[in-house]
Amino acid sequence: MLLVENLTVRYGPLEAVRGVSFALEEGEALAVIGPNGAGKTSLLRGLLGLASSEGRVLLDGAELRSRSPEGLLAQGMVLVPEGRALFPGLSVEDNLLLGGFTRFRKGEDLRADLERVYALFPRLLERRRQPAGTLSGGEQQMLAMGRALMARPRLLLLDEPSLGLAPLMVREIYRILGELKKEGTTLFLVEQNAKVALELADRGLVLEAGEMVLLGPAAELKENPRVVEAYLGMAREVEEG
Amino acid sequence: MRYLWFALLLLPLLLAPFPFYLTLLNFFALSALVALSLYVLTGLGGMTSFAQAAFMGMGAYATALLTVKGGFSPWLGLLLGLALSFLLALVLGGLTVRLKGHFLPLSTIAWQVALYILAGNLVGLTGGHTGLTDLPPLLLLGLPLDNTFRYAFLGLFLLVLSVLALQNLRESRLGRALLALRGDALAAASFGVDPAGLRLKAFLLAGVMAGLAGFLYAHFLRFVNPTPFSLEASIKYLVMAVAGGVGAIPGVLLGAALFTGLEDWLKDLLPLLLGRQGNYETIAYGLVLAAILILAPRGLWPLLARYLPQKEGRLPQEAPLPLKPPSGARGEVVLEAQGLRKAFGGLLAVSGVSFTLRRGEILALIGPNGAGKTTVFNLITGAILPDGGRVFLFGREITGLPPYRIHPLGLGRTFQHPHLFPELSVLENVALGTYARTRAGFPQVLLGLHRKEEGRALALAYQALKRVGLESLALEKAERLPAGQQRLLEIARVLASGAEVLLLDEPGAGLRAGEKRELAHLLRSLSREGYTILIVDHDMDLIMGLADRVVVMNYGEKIAEGTPMEVQRNPLVRAAYLGEVA
Amino acid sequence: MDATILGLLLLDALQNGVIYGLMAVGLVLVFAVTRVILVPIGELLMFAPLSLVWLHSGKLPGTLALALALGLLWALLARGRGGLWPLLGGLGLFLLFLLALKAPLLAYPASVLLVVYLGVATYRVFFQPMREATVLAYLIMAVGLHVAYQGLGLVFFGPEQYRPAPLLSGEVVVGLSWQGVLVLLFAGAAVLGLYLFFRLSLYGKALLAAAQNRLGARLSGIRPEEAGMVAFAIASLLAGISGLLLAPLINAAYFMGFMLGLKGFVAAILGGLVSYPVALLGALLVGLFESLTSFYASAYKEALVFLLLVPALFLQSLRARAVEE
Repeated sequence: MLLVENLTVRYGPLEAVRGVSFALEEGEALAVIGPNGAGKTSLLRGLLGLASSEGRVLLDGAELRSRSPEGLLAQGMVLVPEGRALFPGLSVEDNLLLGGFTRFRKGEDLRADLERVYALFPRLLERRRQPAGTLSGGEQQMLAMGRALMARPRLLLLDEPSLGLAPLMVREIYRILGELKKEGTTLFLVEQNAKVALELADRGLVLEAGEMVLLGPAAELKENPRVVEAYLGMAREVEEG
Repeated sequence: MRYLWFALLLLPLLLAPFPFYLTLLNFFALSALVALSLYVLTGLGGMTSFAQAAFMGMGAYATALLTVKGGFSPWLGLLLGLALSFLLALVLGGLTVRLKGHFLPLSTIAWQVALYILAGNLVGLTGGHTGLTDLPPLLLLGLPLDNTFRYAFLGLFLLVLSVLALQNLRESRLGRALLALRGDALAAASFGVDPAGLRLKAFLLAGVMAGLAGFLYAHFLRFVNPTPFSLEASIKYLVMAVAGGVGAIPGVLLGAALFTGLEDWLKDLLPLLLGRQGNYETIAYGLVLAAILILAPRGLWPLLARYLPQKEGRLPQEAPLPLKPPSGARGEVVLEAQGLRKAFGGLLAVSGVSFTLRRGEILALIGPNGAGKTTVFNLITGAILPDGGRVFLFGREITGLPPYRIHPLGLGRTFQHPHLFPELSVLENVALGTYARTRAGFPQVLLGLHRKEEGRALALAYQALKRVGLESLALEKAERLPAGQQRLLEIARVLASGAEVLLLDEPGAGLRAGEKRELAHLLRSLSREGYTILIVDHDMDLIMGLADRVVVMNYGEKIAEGTPMEVQRNPLVRAAYLGEVA
Repeated sequence: MDATILGLLLLDALQNGVIYGLMAVGLVLVFAVTRVILVPIGELLMFAPLSLVWLHSGKLPGTLALALALGLLWALLARGRGGLWPLLGGLGLFLLFLLALKAPLLAYPASVLLVVYLGVATYRVFFQPMREATVLAYLIMAVGLHVAYQGLGLVFFGPEQYRPAPLLSGEVVVGLSWQGVLVLLFAGAAVLGLYLFFRLSLYGKALLAAAQNRLGARLSGIRPEEAGMVAFAIASLLAGISGLLLAPLINAAYFMGFMLGLKGFVAAILGGLVSYPVALLGALLVGLFESLTSFYASAYKEALVFLLLVPALFLQSLRARAVEE
């Protein structure tokens, strides 16, 4: 479904991501893990056209030359960003409805999708009229995901969904992601919490200092000592000078 | 070389047979003075003023009133004019200098319009729109400057003096500080620059320069009325500066020259084109400004400057200001954070974090994303105010002090994205670090009395570059450096400031493995010399191999502290990083 | 000063204040969505009644030429199908103006539509190409456009003042004409309409969303450029209709718009350029201050209004920390 070839993402002279390539099958869940600063968020931004990048990205076989969030939305690729990017002054329900804005403009009815999101996230139903800015971190993450779902994504991209959330909340979020996966949504997530990400994903990609160091089935990666090493810096020492 | 500007004084001699062009030359000199004031304000300081014509009006009316109504000497009028411009700038600037960038220009629009209305309506005082006439000519050593030829010399002479003064400004600690301010006030403040104070001073200088231009204008025409001091006039000067290229002295002069000629031509041409009388040049100004902003935002000068020979840089020759490694006992507490607390809205970002930093050690602050590390960093450096807790530097409390007060006490920091001046040389970039160690103020700088101190500061910057191994690149433009060397440049800058305690924010971000090794090597040798380093970073390899001690945060709290090995084995830490144990 | 005069002054204050309020709301909206401080809003306001006067005397106003020229530039800048809209719009506008020469009543909507088209084209041609510019750069551009548009106003309409016939004539009570009532009603309806638009329609909320979080809006398929055009359209619409309603009361001339806009500014600044309710209240305050000073020192009333900026800025500066972000 999604083919990425040799993606390099730059901010000025800094190369955040170098030469990353992978393929994503429909219905699959791929997790990108790696230490912070590895370039995971930059990878997503480069994919979506929010940062300048080189390399090829093909969606359903067709190359996407100039990418933009709005354009990719139209093709069914929706991002749940780090930091959520919610509309703090608008109500929960309005935030959700705006997620479906493009479909609304085409004349589609958003009510059924709204019901579905409320069914997945009962807490949002409780707080439907509250301004989004007053929600807790976990609820905001749910809202961001719900907003993305309103656009009926084929491919859902998530940037650090567990960021800043308490463990219970993280479990809840990932349970819901599991349900989405079962329904057939393709998932591409970037996550610092490797354990929980690898439990959900089919395959994992380990990113370190902007480069892809491992790509393989999640089950294997979980046992791989190098993954542990990457996170806690064991076994390798900086040269004495 | 810089005294080549005095060649401008030959122009009146060349143009002597053409009285029309002599008049234009005078107008050029006056406009150029105002355009230079915008160079200071906008080109260096990144602010904007739509009231430079009002400042001119202050200068013009002050002298007109004193000489016509009071019969005093014009030089007294000059003093009063400059004083009034200064006061007006003080009030306007004082009110807005702390606010977000767009409030100052908005206020200048309002005040420009208000002053214009007052000038037109206070008929008893200002003569209303008819204005005041019969101003006496200026007398220089008994010689009356009552024709365009003589006056051109005066105007151009003062212009050249201003150009030299502003070149001094640009090549000084103040020029660097202003440039730093326009990029990022926080970065500038962390080198000891008081943003509000410096902005105000730049605004004062610009106002006074425009006031001087107004004085000269009044005694050139020997007639004063509100029209040349209107909002349209302010816009005209702004267009001159922006179209010519507000970031460079030759740019604003080019703009002034072009538009002085153009204005006259337009005043004749447009009524002909449109078939009736009237002042239509403003349309051209507006459209030219719009076109420049879209097509050539940096103005015309940068397009021309490419074809001119580049000035050769020189390595500093003077004896440097001292660059000494820290003295004092190893292991002595240099920085202490007690119970730091900070909440943003409802979210508690940092809760009860305490730790100490001892001389000569490298302490790493780590934790998952969102753990609050950057907030702790910002609390210590003064970028944000804590809700609770205290910070002590060398035993002295610094809680709640702004960055520019904390820095001179010996604390320096670097940033995640290096805040460099891409077009300046590496040496000049490092020189910003010397701001807190140098003293020259605006008067000394403008008069050129700061040269010795400046030379010593640049020599110090060179020493700092040597310390990090970049001295061979001293005269290169900073933008040519790869990421790793930009980081080293930042460290050199902080070293040049004489700071003992270095706070490094993600120094490893964006670096390749080899560059990180070089960085670690440098940091390690610095710590051996007695520098104390606090690093926030995500790269575990870098951290674990470098740090003497590690503090781990999660959810705003400190969850572990110890040597790298201890921390790596700590189950709480492993859980935080690798995910919860189910 | 006795009660009658006070009453008159209050009515005057109210009448002017609501217009300043509409300007202020337009300014805050445009700023929130695009970070542009719409200095030329005053010119847009005046172009409507001046164009109307021209149409009513059987001539096509120069503003039409300006609008069409900008529309052409817009079409050239847009790629592909995007260029169709400005061309169609321009054509429609032109035809409408031709018809209005024959049917005087059409001149009213024609003038307003002209101003709306001009406003949107201004955004598209001058501001949208300034990608990621600072607020300051936008402000300089806006001031430049103000100067250009005002100068063009002089070219198109000359320096004279015109008085279009009021839509409603006569006085309700001394000091308040029916036209004045119309102004008040329009202001009330506009504020209510905007409130409902932002509260009830998803389009309105999309606009607010674009102002609150640009990334989030983009991720929801709300293009910032479209939001910008809508914001400019709303502000221009408010300005155009206000101009038409106000001109019979205060006359219309090429230079008058700026002062009105500037007072709208002061009101918007009182609200820190972020708050709509404070901007509206501020506008009424400005109107009140102006009425009172016009009674005591009428020549200086314009200048004195700007003095209101001083305490407003002072209060704001007390709260701000110089080292921002």
